[in-house]
Amino acid sequence: MTRSSRLSSWLPALLLAVVVLALWEGASIVLGLQTFLLPRPSLIVGKLVELWPSTLARGIAFTASEALVGLVAGVACGTLVGLATARWRTARETLVPIGIGASTVPIIAFAPITINWFGPESMLPRVIIVAVMVFFPTMVNTIRGLTQVEPAALELMSSYAATDRQILMKLRVPNALPFWFTALRIAMTLSVIGAVVGEFFGGPLYSLGIYITNQTGVSDYASAWAAIVLACFLGIAFYFAAILLERLLVPWYAAREAAR
Amino acid sequence: MNAAAGSASPHVVETHGVGKVFETGDAAVTALDGIDLTIRSGEFVSLIGPSGCGKSTLLRIIGDLTDPSGGELRVNGKSARQARLDRDYGMVFQAPVLMDWRNVASNIELPLEVMGFPREDRARRSAALVKLVELEGFEGKHPWQLSGGMQQRVAIARALAFDPKLLLMDEPFGALDEMTRERMNLEVMRIWRETGTTIVFVTHSIPEAVFLSTRVVVMSARPGRISRVVDVDLPQPRTVDTREEPRYFSLVTTVREALRAHLVDTEPLDDLGDARIRAEGIS
Amino acid sequence: MTVASPIIGAGRPVAAPTIRGTVSRRRRAAGAVVLLGLVVLVWEGAKWLGGDPWRIHGTVLGIRVDYEHFPAFNWRIADDLSLPHVWDVIRAFVDPAQRNGPPLGLILAGQALFTFREALTGFALGGLLGLGLGILFVHSRLAERALVPYVVASQTIPILAISPIIVVATQAGWLSVAIISAYLTFFPVTIGALRGLRAADPRAFELLRSYAASGRQVLRQLRLPASVPYLFAAFRIAAAASVIGAIIGELPSGISDGLGSAILNYNQYYILGPEKLWATIIACSFVGIAFVGLVRLAESLLTRGRYRPVDR
Repeated sequence: MTRSSRLSSWLPALLLAVVVLALWEGASIVLGLQTFLLPRPSLIVGKLVELWPSTLARGIAFTASEALVGLVAGVACGTLVGLATARWRTARETLVPIGIGASTVPIIAFAPITINWFGPESMLPRVIIVAVMVFFPTMVNTIRGLTQVEPAALELMSSYAATDRQILMKLRVPNALPFWFTALRIAMTLSVIGAVVGEFFGGPLYSLGIYITNQTGVSDYASAWAAIVLACFLGIAFYFAAILLERLLVPWYAAREAAR
Repeated sequence: MNAAAGSASPHVVETHGVGKVFETGDAAVTALDGIDLTIRSGEFVSLIGPSGCGKSTLLRIIGDLTDPSGGELRVNGKSARQARLDRDYGMVFQAPVLMDWRNVASNIELPLEVMGFPREDRARRSAALVKLVELEGFEGKHPWQLSGGMQQRVAIARALAFDPKLLLMDEPFGALDEMTRERMNLEVMRIWRETGTTIVFVTHSIPEAVFLSTRVVVMSARPGRISRVVDVDLPQPRTVDTREEPRYFSLVTTVREALRAHLVDTEPLDDLGDARIRAEGIS
Repeated sequence: MTVASPIIGAGRPVAAPTIRGTVSRRRRAAGAVVLLGLVVLVWEGAKWLGGDPWRIHGTVLGIRVDYEHFPAFNWRIADDLSLPHVWDVIRAFVDPAQRNGPPLGLILAGQALFTFREALTGFALGGLLGLGLGILFVHSRLAERALVPYVVASQTIPILAISPIIVVATQAGWLSVAIISAYLTFFPVTIGALRGLRAADPRAFELLRSYAASGRQVLRQLRLPASVPYLFAAFRIAAAASVIGAIIGELPSGISDGLGSAILNYNQYYILGPEKLWATIIACSFVGIAFVGLVRLAESLLTRGRYRPVDR
């Protein structure tokens, strides 16, 4: 796939964004709409620039740190537990359903408890929530990736009299990488959601979640939207970071998918 | 690896009364029964028979990928397990079983890495094998960028990478079209001549078995038994013209009749038993 | 060859969804019990080691008991305010929430039903939207290219960020919560539909092409039936998401019903009864598990015997 074709396939999406933004901006000016709840894009951008130095820069830094620390902790634990247990059938057949079942539990509901534990100003409450949220998908996908290996490939390794360690390093781990990166994509998005939503239950005044809630509360929607736009960018940036990392570390996989 | 043990016996494979019974929930299926087979060094032996005759199972027992239920088995004069641990044989499956994350060269080098060959040695061997299977220029390609025939050639090169004295091939060309298959047959013939490897070859195809082999072992199903062994006395080296010779045709007829003779006095193929064996993951 | 595919990919390397058998169900149940036991063990273990002192004083089964326990440590996380005893939480369900009022369990059941209604509505709305988008994308390459990046981007946005605005904008009470819930629901369904609608054997598409079947016929005869296992896999995820969406959506809504509001309420009066907040959170989990369980039930009723069963 060439660079130019990649750009051209993004074109419809880009065009749509430009058209929607232009229509929105134009309609607000021409029709003189009182866009109280949904201010026009230029106003939001103006607020963003205005508020960046005083509050928003600090807010996004705080929220992003919570998400990142929780992400690293949760993904690390999930990967380690997956690596440690995948080889025991009973362990994985117990853990995988638990991991899947855990996704039906609204973990975010535990946020008030962690905030009661550590106080709203600390990062720890949200870090813990994020870590728990990303732990389960990471563990499940790590175990699946390590175990859902082509049986014939295992026989091949066995015909070489490969040691368990060699089978792990040369077959199971490479096989697990795409699974793991899928989990990472999910985890990246979950981590931002977990951090921002967790802040709703309590956090420093400048954190994005609290700021959005407070500005909505006093009907300052332009400021709220400026923070919302930032939160969106944070989510998208995390997601693309996962994709970039995947392209760098498992290039063969991206190439194979592109060839499909 | 263990050259001394290997040269001790002229027989590469020796089985006495080898049998295999698969326990499936409610009933036991006898896949193999009383297999006596001796394969000498340098032979090319094909195992042929109807589905469910246990030919693949026999191959996998030789390769120690499945345990026999009974009987005696020596590979290179040792137990099958010891032969596997000594890396005495290379295996080619029906599917190429290539690792998507490795390119052609590093797929061929996989067994060498597992067996701890030094880096330069690996590179040298894989370069030579790429040439042997005529894949020059494709060393850096990944499996999904190759055609089915090319993938299977990579699998053959991989099996040959560590110079095994025995090559076990389980319907390696079953998934290929007729023309590719005939070309691959010529290539296997050439490789067999050039390397002097002993080959045990499982196939469904009578012409393929006759063309390639020095001996064709005809098997019957339920229970899997050897019903006849046909010596193929076609002259070497075998070429495209071999398939035109009258002797070739008469041997094809002999094998076909050996297969049919047994089919007549057995029940019609029982698909259920076959499915059971397949469900056990052996097929 | 599409650019969309590497993005959509949530769950790509996972094998095609299959219908589960009974063996894994039994194992799942066993796993849940083991996990629950472990949680209780760790919970009470922490309290035993570092919680507040407690004392049993009275007659148990005709024997006079007077036992006092003084934990060796004093951990803030394990005191009775941060981590009430398991039995206190369980008792909270039975005890009246307010003096002379109905038991908390009954109140929470009512709230749970309210939240479940929001989630169910959101699930239905999001499910229909997702299926519709999937069908649209399968038939229009342009629509797929223009919209799929935004479908993906929509999920990278923290929903709470817009939920207060949705609540104010729609002025629709519980329905606005359902809309937020639908926002979380439509994504997995869209992706699942997109994969499922393309999942049929390419040769089957050619077969229908040889019959000169119309696009609508291909959809009805091939795409939709082939997508059912994928759709149910998506519905399971969507059901869990819809409950989370409903709870989160209630937070800024100002509605006084529902589990989200109950969390806010008992969080405010946490000092007066920490076990009430814990009980509410447990009720939240029940709603999530129950909804996913319902989807699984529907799945096994509708697909058993029609799709290839595989135990994993």
